Amino acid sequence: MSDISVSVETAEPFPASDEQAGLLGWVASVDHKKIGILYLLNALVFFGVGGIEALLMRVQLAWPHSAFLSPGAYNQIFTMHGTTMIFLVVVPMLLGLATYLVPLMIGASDMAFPRLNALSFWLLIFGALLLYFSFVAGGAPDAGWFSYAPLSEKPYATSSGLDYWALGLLAIGAGTVASGINLIVTILALRAPGLTIRRLPLFVWMVLVNSFLIILALPALNASLVMLLVDRELNGHFFTASAGGSPILWQHYFWSFGHPEVYIMVLPAFGIISEVIPVFSRKPIFGYAFVATSTVAIALLSFGVWAHHMFTVGLGHTWDIAFGAASMLIAVPTGVKIFNWIATMWGGAIRFSVAMMFASAFLVLFTIGGLSGVTFAIVPIDWQVTDTYYVVAHMHYVLFGGTAFATFAGVYYWFPKLSGRMLSETWGQAHFWLTFIGFNLTFLVQHVLGIVGMPRRVFTYPDLPGWGVMNMISTLGAFILAASVLVFLWNVWRSLKSGEIAGDNPWNAWTLEWATTSPPPVYNFTQVPPVRSRRPLWDLAHPDKPDWAA
Amino acid sequence: MKDTNKLAMALFIVSEAFFFILLILAFLYFQAAAVADDANSANTLEPKKTAIYTALLLSSSISIWLAGRGNNDESRKKFCVWLMVTMLLGAAFLFGQAREYARLLSHNVTISRNLFGTTFFTLTGFHGLHVFAGLTMLAIIFGLALAGDFPNRQSTAVETVSLYWHFVDAVWIVIFATVYLRIL
Repeated sequence: MSDISVSVETAEPFPASDEQAGLLGWVASVDHKKIGILYLLNALVFFGVGGIEALLMRVQLAWPHSAFLSPGAYNQIFTMHGTTMIFLVVVPMLLGLATYLVPLMIGASDMAFPRLNALSFWLLIFGALLLYFSFVAGGAPDAGWFSYAPLSEKPYATSSGLDYWALGLLAIGAGTVASGINLIVTILALRAPGLTIRRLPLFVWMVLVNSFLIILALPALNASLVMLLVDRELNGHFFTASAGGSPILWQHYFWSFGHPEVYIMVLPAFGIISEVIPVFSRKPIFGYAFVATSTVAIALLSFGVWAHHMFTVGLGHTWDIAFGAASMLIAVPTGVKIFNWIATMWGGAIRFSVAMMFASAFLVLFTIGGLSGVTFAIVPIDWQVTDTYYVVAHMHYVLFGGTAFATFAGVYYWFPKLSGRMLSETWGQAHFWLTFIGFNLTFLVQHVLGIVGMPRRVFTYPDLPGWGVMNMISTLGAFILAASVLVFLWNVWRSLKSGEIAGDNPWNAWTLEWATTSPPPVYNFTQVPPVRSRRPLWDLAHPDKPDWAA
Repeated sequence: MKDTNKLAMALFIVSEAFFFILLILAFLYFQAAAVADDANSANTLEPKKTAIYTALLLSSSISIWLAGRGNNDESRKKFCVWLMVTMLLGAAFLFGQAREYARLLSHNVTISRNLFGTTFFTLTGFHGLHVFAGLTMLAIIFGLALAGDFPNRQSTAVETVSLYWHFVDAVWIVIFATVYLRIL
């Protein structure tokens, strides 16, 4: 019988080690735990930056004909807001959680390639610096986060902002591909004995599938970016119609990346939910095989729906019908998961910790986002609402209501493991309600704004009936969201200083990361428990009724 | 325990393959839509000449395979020799590319001339860059081998770099077939 310590140990706030001490220890580290935390800190910082960009936009839009921001400035800000949130916040925070948790959850002592892991992170920082340097080098990129040609080409985009955008994203993209490769090799080659693929924690499974998405989708972005740079810097003609090039080619190539990218931004979130809900329902996940298989289905289908971002481009009925049908189809495997999560909660002994509150809200908010998404698959509806605030509402429901809420659930769940201390449940509840209320105030009304015709990416709008009121509501919601972030930061700060000591397994969870101290030692485990089922710690604690004897 | 290095390189190759597929597709798309008279593959490229340099690059795949065979200390010298042959063949290929670029540029076929120029130079340029990266990796392996490393020729590092080198060859075969021989 293995010897797992169940006593509460006094743990230091951050992993103690025999590596370099202090700041150099962080900068020079190749320990996946430190790198994971660095990713999360990076995401937090840029969440603040992107959030400020959003607040600036919301102030400008709070009433009609506002002159708070010039049109040129507004264009730079919405471009940087989107680019920042996607590439410097959402993907890094998910990769950060994966980097920290995957080796622990599979019983390994680090990733397969620790130095490559560090390189991925520092490429992210380098790319972020390149991107933000554009502000002081003549102007930030201003053609939107997806930089359609010909707006992104030299005659129309006069500053070098787009060059910084392309170069920054190339650097970040290279690091992301490296992370994808690292995670796949880690998961395939470094699992503890007995941890077969069918016993993988769902978070690890989702990260595995997601990593394949990453290595196949990022090349499309890299190809698009180099082609754009050839056009802009070497006077190439890939996307300039006057010379025989094709702006539509940019859209095809970009969305071949862009659509899988949105699944890259949501699959790990599904993984987090699949870990949190079972633990706080005190039941194993309902339909593990369905959740796992539907994930693969989503990944495969995600490469076949890109042109649903192009229904108004004039591709013709054949394209429109084919991609409309495929886009409706892809809603099915996602819906399967929602049912699995609900069925897990059904009949369970539910405990509404803050993590569970965020996970439950995820189910509602992500479903709303998913439903609005499916409405776009009906092509004539898309023709009406494309490029309006209906799209903005949809994307924020899936990315914020979905991924961000799931990430908060993950943070409240795993913060004890990372730091050795519990986050305050009281402050967490305040954080949750402010976030929930602020988020819905900001974005629910945007569905209506989109349907009545307000376009996106406009720096102001006419004084049409209701437009001003709805925008003002949205702006108020945004400030409530800002307050919620401050509450969260306070909770993190105060908990690191004086939060309750967590112990190895404060939630009585069942996966391997809870079989070591909080925080784990540098080498992760003194001893990995035997793995004969999906819940090794349950088996350990219940030798009379282990999962593998069922 | 699986060979993690080779698995990582295989995944990297899958990723890079997609990158090249997109550049090739762009070339083919614009070739199909081109105006017949201006500079294009048929009237500016010289497949026969390029075939010679292609043969050199393909031979380098054979030479690196020969370098990888053999398992005992006796063939260390053979290993170094075949590695050197591989590097020379790879360098010769790049030299041939440079000559071709010089000829095209002297005929005013540039990356900005027309879509043939844009797509041709982008595609072959990135391939050349990948060959250069491969030469760098080979040089590192060669240096380590001279210094006495790699007692086992089946070393994971050598096999990993070989995998990459074969990939770079395979990409060139596709490029040569579609751009120079216009089989599609």
